[in-house]
Amino acid sequence: MAHMSNTKTFNNNLENKNTSLNIKSIFINHSVTILFVIICIIGIKLSKLPLFFIANELLTRITRNSFLVLSLIIPVLAGMGLNFGITIGAMAGQIAIIAVTHLGVTGIKGFLLCALLAVPLAMLFGYLTGKLLNKTKGQEMIASMIAGFFANGIYQFIFLFSIGTIIPMKDPVMMLSSGVGIRNTIDLSRNVGIKYALDNLLKLPVFKVCLVVALFTIIIYTLFRIYKVKYKDYKKEKFFSAKYITTITICLVIIIISCIFAFNSNHLPSQLKMFKNIKLPVITCIVILVLCLFNILIVKTKLGQDFRTVGQNKHIAKVSGIDVNKVRIIAITISTLLAAWGQLIFLQNIGTLNTYGSHVQIATFSIAALLIGGASVSRATIGQALLGTILFHTLFIVSPKAGKNLFGDAQIGEFFRAFVAYGVIGLSLGLHAWKKRIQFKKVG
Amino acid sequence: MTETIRRFSNKVGLPRIIISAFFLFLFILALLFKLPINTLISDSIRRFGMYGILVLAMVPAIQSGIGPNFALPLGIVCGLLGGLMSIEFGLKGTQSFIGALLISLPFAILVGWIYGILLNKIKGSEMLVATYTGFSMVSFMSIMWILLPFDHPEMVWPIGNGLRVTIALDTTFGQILNNLGAFPILGINIPTGLLLFFFGCCLCVWLFSRSKMGTAMKAAGDNPKFAVASGINVDRCRIIGTVLSTVLGAVGILVYAQSYGFIQLYQAPLMMAFPAVASILIGGASATRAKISHVILGAFLFQGLLTVALPVANEIVSEGNLSEVLRMIVQNGIILYALTKVGGGN
Repeated sequence: MAHMSNTKTFNNNLENKNTSLNIKSIFINHSVTILFVIICIIGIKLSKLPLFFIANELLTRITRNSFLVLSLIIPVLAGMGLNFGITIGAMAGQIAIIAVTHLGVTGIKGFLLCALLAVPLAMLFGYLTGKLLNKTKGQEMIASMIAGFFANGIYQFIFLFSIGTIIPMKDPVMMLSSGVGIRNTIDLSRNVGIKYALDNLLKLPVFKVCLVVALFTIIIYTLFRIYKVKYKDYKKEKFFSAKYITTITICLVIIIISCIFAFNSNHLPSQLKMFKNIKLPVITCIVILVLCLFNILIVKTKLGQDFRTVGQNKHIAKVSGIDVNKVRIIAITISTLLAAWGQLIFLQNIGTLNTYGSHVQIATFSIAALLIGGASVSRATIGQALLGTILFHTLFIVSPKAGKNLFGDAQIGEFFRAFVAYGVIGLSLGLHAWKKRIQFKKVG
Repeated sequence: MTETIRRFSNKVGLPRIIISAFFLFLFILALLFKLPINTLISDSIRRFGMYGILVLAMVPAIQSGIGPNFALPLGIVCGLLGGLMSIEFGLKGTQSFIGALLISLPFAILVGWIYGILLNKIKGSEMLVATYTGFSMVSFMSIMWILLPFDHPEMVWPIGNGLRVTIALDTTFGQILNNLGAFPILGINIPTGLLLFFFGCCLCVWLFSRSKMGTAMKAAGDNPKFAVASGINVDRCRIIGTVLSTVLGAVGILVYAQSYGFIQLYQAPLMMAFPAVASILIGGASATRAKISHVILGAFLFQGLLTVALPVANEIVSEGNLSEVLRMIVQNGIILYALTKVGGGN
């Protein structure tokens, strides 16, 4: 008896130890993300901004930026690290916008034309970037960053000096008064450009959308489970698996919250009542969801498997007959194209094109967002991208006000967020290199 | 004949030939536009001395095997801190310059040492991590420039918090080396002090690389495995290289500031590493091999090119900053070229 109880306590201890180890490893693996959650909460407290404002602003920024962040995932899959070259894709998008604004096509037509026009440009740029990165294997990230700077120089040369001299173009609105070069800012507002072309197609109150989405999720997921359990070879599996139950519970919670906000908001405190008015640009969200789906589905294709094989080991990939260089070029081209589209979504929401500045910080901010979400140089998921976007942009919204409240200077907050963006990239890349070195030492 | 040309281009390097040719071409254009040649030459020489030490800072870094030091801003902010403290203490003239150098030294050594330890943990990804370490440090110090308790009236904003964006050095160490023993020859102004200081620094680095420690450092950089086998502490050599590079960065920015006449704070140091890296690469260095001659040649070619390009570009296009765009293209193009040589085919 005593012996048995001893083993029992021993087993219990072991389990406890395991769970505590798990918690510890979770903390270590997600340290960056956890740190950011804490910083964000402190920032929200310090800024004293109304929650409604933060939520509204955050929603705008999520729909504006997540496409760009998601465009980073495929090169990570292919083992090329974080693609700092998405600035080049952004430039392709901007060239398309300049052309379309010059042609005078506005609204959603203009937006679609931009998207179409960006395709050949982005594919060409992506191909060239890919060629370059194949020559700098092992140093892809710094090479893509410098390539971004280099392309920026050529971009400026074309739009400041070539237009009006080498490239004939006459447009008094968009060009500088001397007739050479494009103006610093180009207005994209409703009548002359593509402002809100995608966002304003369909805007619905956010809680009603949540309600509908949650309901649909429950129905479709249940049908899917029934189908799987009945007709496929999953008969051993129980219908109520843990995953199923959690999904359904989360959906139900969302439904209840949404119902309270959407139909019964009179009883809520006035600060929360405002949330009812937040509207969601549905089409933009659908586009982003489609990209998420694309990222999931591509892994299941032959091409996606090639990406993974190349990402894991170039030599094995080569031996098994994969054209490594070609696969890498395809990965970068897809990423560049997605970045071009992402920049279109970004700019149609902002509403003014800063010809020589809109693209410059895109890569840094997108990469910082992805890394904050818990991604690393060799692993990035959609969830990490979305979570990172939320956290990074919360910090972006609150830090100037928090800096002002804390030190009496809004600039401090702005420098702080730049510090955080750069610091997080440096830190995560450093940690990754360090881990890789330790692994290498263990093996060797 | 073609064989000789090929051998020549292999020896000198294609980008260097292109850039030299371009430099000559611009110079001929300047002659054709009847621009004042002697002013152009004096400006080239002044900028050569002004940037020289920042370029020199790359040498110990490359020699010790950590590659081009993209984290040069670390050294730069140390130098700036030294300069600011020297002004704050009320030093004047030569004293203030020497004071600035002496004050910045311990900071630079400490920062370089810590940073060197960091670099040893991440062997293989130095360049990218260095870039972002430099960037984040500049942003961090931007916060510090607002918060640090400086209160010399020439440095702080009359209203509000923090230091000014540019601080004039007229009453302290502005132009102190440039005017030291300066003399004109054929209308060309030779800033003797500046050049002597620069060549003095070059000599120091050259002498160091001839010393026992310097030889060990070079060996560690050339072939780490061989160096370990012959009993050299590679990690320590890399730290020494980093410290030297950081210290030279601090000295370099002070020389730069005195020649420019202003200390530039906040975002100014952010991109300063790239022109320095590009200069030494133009001079013929690679990411693994660098000599003093590369520094002198590279700094002269790159800075001369930019100095001549500015007025020539203004003659061609009156608006916009064509020479700035040119700088971006040349600078990043040459860094990319060097990177393709590091990675190799496979």
